Amino acid sequence: MILVIARHELRRLFYSPLAWSILALVQLILAFLFLTAVQNYIDNVMPKLAGMANAPGVVSLVLTPFFLWAGVIMLGITPILTMRGFSEEYQTGSMALLIAAPLSVSEIVLGKYFGLVAFLSVMIAMITLMPLSLSLGTSLDWGHLQAQILGLFLLTASFAAAGLYISSLTRQPALAAVGGFGFLLLLFVFYVAGTAQGTQSQLFVYISHFSHYLPFLRGEFSTRALAYYLLFALTFLGLTIRQLDNQRLPR
Amino acid sequence: MSAAPLLLAENLSRYYGRHRAIEAFSLRLNVGEVLGLLGPNGAGKTTTLNLLSGGLAPSGGRVEIDGIDLLERPLQAKQRLGYLPENPPLYDDLSIDEYLRYCARLHGLRRAEVPEAMKRAKQRTALDKAGRALIGTLSKGFRQRVGIAQALIHQPPLIILDEPTVGLDPLQIKEIRALISELRNEHAVILSTHILAEVQTVCDRVCILDRGRPVYSDSLARLAAFANTWRVTFSNPPDAHTLGRVAGISGVRSLGEGRFLLQAKTDAGSADALVQAACMNGWKLRELCLQQDSLEQIFLRVLHADGQEEATA
Repeated sequence: MILVIARHELRRLFYSPLAWSILALVQLILAFLFLTAVQNYIDNVMPKLAGMANAPGVVSLVLTPFFLWAGVIMLGITPILTMRGFSEEYQTGSMALLIAAPLSVSEIVLGKYFGLVAFLSVMIAMITLMPLSLSLGTSLDWGHLQAQILGLFLLTASFAAAGLYISSLTRQPALAAVGGFGFLLLLFVFYVAGTAQGTQSQLFVYISHFSHYLPFLRGEFSTRALAYYLLFALTFLGLTIRQLDNQRLPR
Repeated sequence: MSAAPLLLAENLSRYYGRHRAIEAFSLRLNVGEVLGLLGPNGAGKTTTLNLLSGGLAPSGGRVEIDGIDLLERPLQAKQRLGYLPENPPLYDDLSIDEYLRYCARLHGLRRAEVPEAMKRAKQRTALDKAGRALIGTLSKGFRQRVGIAQALIHQPPLIILDEPTVGLDPLQIKEIRALISELRNEHAVILSTHILAEVQTVCDRVCILDRGRPVYSDSLARLAAFANTWRVTFSNPPDAHTLGRVAGISGVRSLGEGRFLLQAKTDAGSADALVQAACMNGWKLRELCLQQDSLEQIFLRVLHADGQEEATA
């Protein structure tokens, strides 16, 4: 049942021009960033590194900033994808179909979530094509690249869970998008504030999802960070289920 | 099989804060029956249907579909239910076929059963040739039919339609009514409406809601008896007992202030006897009319009586 909903969500995303434009836009922006980084590496960095023993590889120097950018861009666009999640269904009344069907609320929420994650995976796969193209000209540190891809996937999946929850709170997709973006940005700001000179705070750094993205970018497979993202997603999915359940109950 | 009705609702109520949306709603419905839920806007029709279809949890009372409690085992109960909300729950970016396939799968039909179910549902709603049309481009009448097809696709014993004919043209209304009459053979149907004629054409039973309370609930056949009812007013009224002994009168209901409803055995002659008796006894007959109770009148009367009750209370 979860799969039926997930497949439906994915299909509907691909029916909308919104999803296609987002895919195209993300690809364009990242391609430009990628190109600049590669050019910079070839023109400025490579000559300096020549002859150095144990020099950092292309993955660290080009792909780490590239994936950091990808994460930042995902922060901006995931809310736009998740905003339709429930808000639109409330607004058009199609939610009634899911509610009258023999489905549990968890199935509805998980179905929608997996549909979104499937779409985001497609997007990440397309982004990954760019680093892969480097393997034509040089040898890549595959372990490092894998960690970066996994990190980006976890980061995005956690964004999606938060965005889905926020879209379950309102009937207005635009409000859901703004709310989701605001919330994710706030977590990012926590990281900035937590690491700033005057206002250092371990707690802020821990709460922020970006601090857990960094180990993956460095090529570490951090189970601590993995646990953080899983908990983050589970928390928001749980809240979404609660929210939908509450709508049925008398107040 | 058992004596349990297909749909059993007991003492359902739902409040929004202190606002009463519906209260003391009870119902038993069997296959082959069509129930019309009637009431002015805001009377609680949609809330009631939402309670019956599991979209809202009741503040009190219980619902059983086919003997299965809707609150305790919602998945099994909803399997036996097709629901068309006020706005058909459609996805504008899907074609009719894609949409119905999704609905069929959501209701637990296996992949192999889907084409057959889709064909059947489309045939019944006369959508056979429109399968590839995009839902977003459909007219109101077609959208409504897709909505009904969605409620039928898994062949549930109970079908709930919330205002199925709203916004349709007369021809489409006729088609939908014909469809509902056809559904009666294998299903139990509940439909809500504020169009009285609709209930009279397609329903066996009627339940009238007003401000969150059921105020009238009976079979339409019983309503026919009302056709033989006289409504009389006297300035100098006798007591009900005396009136009951007048020839041709089989039942008397006093409405107060000299007004009575008289159940007549035969409508010819009985008025004569009544008028005669009134003249002879000096009851001062002021009004005498045949109560040709259309639903409209029952509706207004019930609402009116209720309003008075509350005004005097």
